[in-house]
Amino acid sequence: MNFELIFFSIVSAVAVISAIMMITRPNPVMSVLYLIVNFFCLAVLYLTLHAQFIAIIQILVYAGAIMVLFLFVIMLLNLGEEKHYHEGGNRYSKLVAIGLSALALLEIIAGIVLVPKSVQPYPPAVIEMGTVEGIGKVLFTSYLFPFEITSMLLLAAMVGVIVLAKKKFD
Amino acid sequence: MIPPVPEEYYLILSAVLFIIGVTGVLTRRNAIVIFMSVELMLNSVNLTLVTFSSFMGDPTGQMLVFFVMAVAAAEAAVGLAIVIALFRNKQTVHINEINIMKW
Repeated sequence: MNFELIFFSIVSAVAVISAIMMITRPNPVMSVLYLIVNFFCLAVLYLTLHAQFIAIIQILVYAGAIMVLFLFVIMLLNLGEEKHYHEGGNRYSKLVAIGLSALALLEIIAGIVLVPKSVQPYPPAVIEMGTVEGIGKVLFTSYLFPFEITSMLLLAAMVGVIVLAKKKFD
Repeated sequence: MIPPVPEEYYLILSAVLFIIGVTGVLTRRNAIVIFMSVELMLNSVNLTLVTFSSFMGDPTGQMLVFFVMAVAAAEAAVGLAIVIALFRNKQTVHINEINIMKW
């Protein structure tokens, strides 16, 4: 049991527990806060995978921007605890959903464990690959066109959000 | 360099997080919590992509994660705008009462 394995175990346990808390809290504000904890755990895992740029972007974009947007909307709509948290549809439907999900999880894990390994671990150049310099070199050469198209996507999303959310003047 | 943690552990963690997200989508009735579960599923797939990218020494996976994050930001903004528009019309985000498109 080396140090890295213990560290990974602690971080992944926190990630799984915060994800479970996220889907079980009746209050959406608590769900958002647990999801932020989960995103920080994932950022730490990205750091252990030598993907520093992705880890920073995870914290800046997800925990910083998207989750603030969620919190803003929840507080704007003044949502409290869910009144119908324990109601809704067939009373066995949630149990069926959880059972099917567990079955799918077992299937995925069996697929991961049983299939023999095909990738070679840690080629020599892997440490420099995930830095800002390494990502930037690839992003602005091979992936320049998709990068520019992303700006069009964000512009379209911005215009669409304004059209959807503004008050109707009529 | 000896790999400190085997890649299967990362993949299994990613699968567990994805299934938790699926369970959240299936069991919760609050539209905003369903959106957050979708974000959780996107993140678990990102973890898989970064794992393979890092273990194979190929930066393409991390590029894909970058674009997934950009699309997720746009998707969250548009989805929350739809939630606001729905709330303005029906005064609720409980999806059992938002059934105007249901046949």
